[in-house]
Amino acid sequence: MSARLGPRARVWGGFLLAAALLLGVAPAVLSDFRLNLLGKFLCLAMVAVGIGLAWGRGGMLTLGQGVFFGLGGYLMAMHLKLADAGPGGVPDFMLLYGDGTVPGWWEPFRSPVVTILAVLLLPAGLAALLGLAVFKRRVRGAYFAILSQALAAAFAILLIGQQKVTGGTNGLNGFRGFFGYDLSDPVNKRMLYYIAAVVLLLMVAAVRLLMRSRYGELLVAVRDQENRVRFLGYDPALVKVVAYTVAAAFAAIGGALFTPIVGIISPADVGVVPSIAFLVGVAIGGRATLLGPVLGAIGVSWAETSLSESFPSFWTYFQGALFIVVVAFLPNGLATLGQVWRRRRGGSGAGPGDSGDDAGDAVLRDAPRSDDHESGVHDPAVSGRHA
Amino acid sequence: MDALVSQLFAGLSLGSVLLLAALGLALTFGQMGVINMAHGEFMMAGAYTAFVVQGVIADAGVSLLVSLVIGFLVGGLLGLILEVTLISRMYTRPLDTLLVTFGVALVLQQLARDVFGAPNVDVRAPSWLSGAVEILGVGIPKTRLFILALAVLAVVALSLALRFTPLGRRIRATVQNRDLAETSGISTRATDRLTFFLGSGVAGVAGVALTLLGSIGPTLGTNYIVDAFLVVVVGGIGQLKGAVIAAVGLGLLQAGIEYSTTASLAKVLVFVIIVAFLQVRPQGLVSVRTRSLA
Repeated sequence: MSARLGPRARVWGGFLLAAALLLGVAPAVLSDFRLNLLGKFLCLAMVAVGIGLAWGRGGMLTLGQGVFFGLGGYLMAMHLKLADAGPGGVPDFMLLYGDGTVPGWWEPFRSPVVTILAVLLLPAGLAALLGLAVFKRRVRGAYFAILSQALAAAFAILLIGQQKVTGGTNGLNGFRGFFGYDLSDPVNKRMLYYIAAVVLLLMVAAVRLLMRSRYGELLVAVRDQENRVRFLGYDPALVKVVAYTVAAAFAAIGGALFTPIVGIISPADVGVVPSIAFLVGVAIGGRATLLGPVLGAIGVSWAETSLSESFPSFWTYFQGALFIVVVAFLPNGLATLGQVWRRRRGGSGAGPGDSGDDAGDAVLRDAPRSDDHESGVHDPAVSGRHA
Repeated sequence: MDALVSQLFAGLSLGSVLLLAALGLALTFGQMGVINMAHGEFMMAGAYTAFVVQGVIADAGVSLLVSLVIGFLVGGLLGLILEVTLISRMYTRPLDTLLVTFGVALVLQQLARDVFGAPNVDVRAPSWLSGAVEILGVGIPKTRLFILALAVLAVVALSLALRFTPLGRRIRATVQNRDLAETSGISTRATDRLTFFLGSGVAGVAGVALTLLGSIGPTLGTNYIVDAFLVVVVGGIGQLKGAVIAAVGLGLLQAGIEYSTTASLAKVLVFVIIVAFLQVRPQGLVSVRTRSLA
């Protein structure tokens, strides 16, 4: 994009370009199989958008997004299984592992409305509750990261352990329909892709609007100097809870769409490792940028699909190396490569196009001091010194 | 009565394993605020060290004792390399080290898979550790007792070292106030390195101990790392006391809940209890008093 355009025009121009690519070009040039694959990546990108908000803008390193992704995915899968079984029917896996009766708490999900409401509200509600419990007590930094990771571990173990009602390690799979549409029909698969693309675009737009608002400023302020925000009379805990809840809702919606698009949801998609893997794309794309997490997530998933099949061992090394190199040496991701380069070259950090923009392109300082006192052992004077 | 004793011991045994896994973490996290996700892989390296040593020394008893020493060195060296090459560069971004060390963990796991193969391998326990000892009418496996003793030994040795050696004094000073320690002439950089060596070495020892409990594989570390982190969070940082209480407490809790429900449900309940506990003590059981605002 040209530097002559204002930041606003650049952002919305980029947004329109992305919309044209996703809704126009991709369906036209990709085969049904590839398009379905892209649809899967878009679902993962939804999680990434949420992580970009919570981690990139809010400084909350959440290692447990797989939980919300999984909740959304499993809620949807429960409905699809029940719908496949027909009114009063019992899903096939329950006949296999269980006693052939549907547990009471499954029953409400026969209704499509209840399912959609549950996908939208349940994971978000859980995140809000957990966020309030954790952030109100000023548990943060590494402590929060560990707790979120433990949540992912517990969730995956619970899913595996309760095979009678969750399908165990195999997860839930073999869906035939999606709200009355036959999933074996390629046209309906395409429709799912379009839904995913539109939802993702809406999420990106929502994050953009959120970050342009007063709330967005507040969120970045909490990330950089939580105590100072508190002294100004705001409650940083509430600010964080909102971002965490939105991130959870996005992850849940991504999971709910992932299930019919991929055709399976299992503990392997929601545990500790996949939860951290969500972060790679975000880190690579640029955690505090608008489109960085989306592009990063799609890029990494694409690389994984194409590399891991032919060179599984190489992919793991590559993934590990990506984590190390990007986080250690390029903390703001590839999206800021240009800025880093300009800074090296010209000595001045911000280009003309950046100066007017807000947190939308906010770049983490090379050494955010806020992380430092979060460990709880450092004197505030240390961080104050850097005012 | 028998059930109670055996539950109690199951909890203590789990606690001692958790403690061995978490001891090194408590040290490195407490001092540097660095969460080392590769800690579990250092344990895995220690376990494979025992496997390799057993290939060289046929006698299981001698090889176990030798492995404990070499495992410590292997873990420690890995930690030292990690500290010098990566963590020292990211001093001001402790949260990001979590992700970098996760990358290291992935690489180490794959390396183990490529070198030793994906299937699990077994390390023979020495004959003097086979069988069980009868305590209060309950048969308790000797291997579990050995691990319990090892955990106690590690805690005692570390606390003595922290209390009475010059290095221990430097470590404590750095934990309490890094800037002041630096001003007093302590090289905090050198102290960090030694702490990391020590903490990672304990992980290596933990790995060797784990070979007594079952077969070992490339993902050995991941099975313990999350629980070990939780021990550190609950225990609070800066002192070993917290980690000890938390490890034993969590071990007993997990074993106790498992007894009345299932293992998978117990994990979730323990998590809920931990979140509830943090409502009361957000800084963990034991925390070094600072003037920080947190």
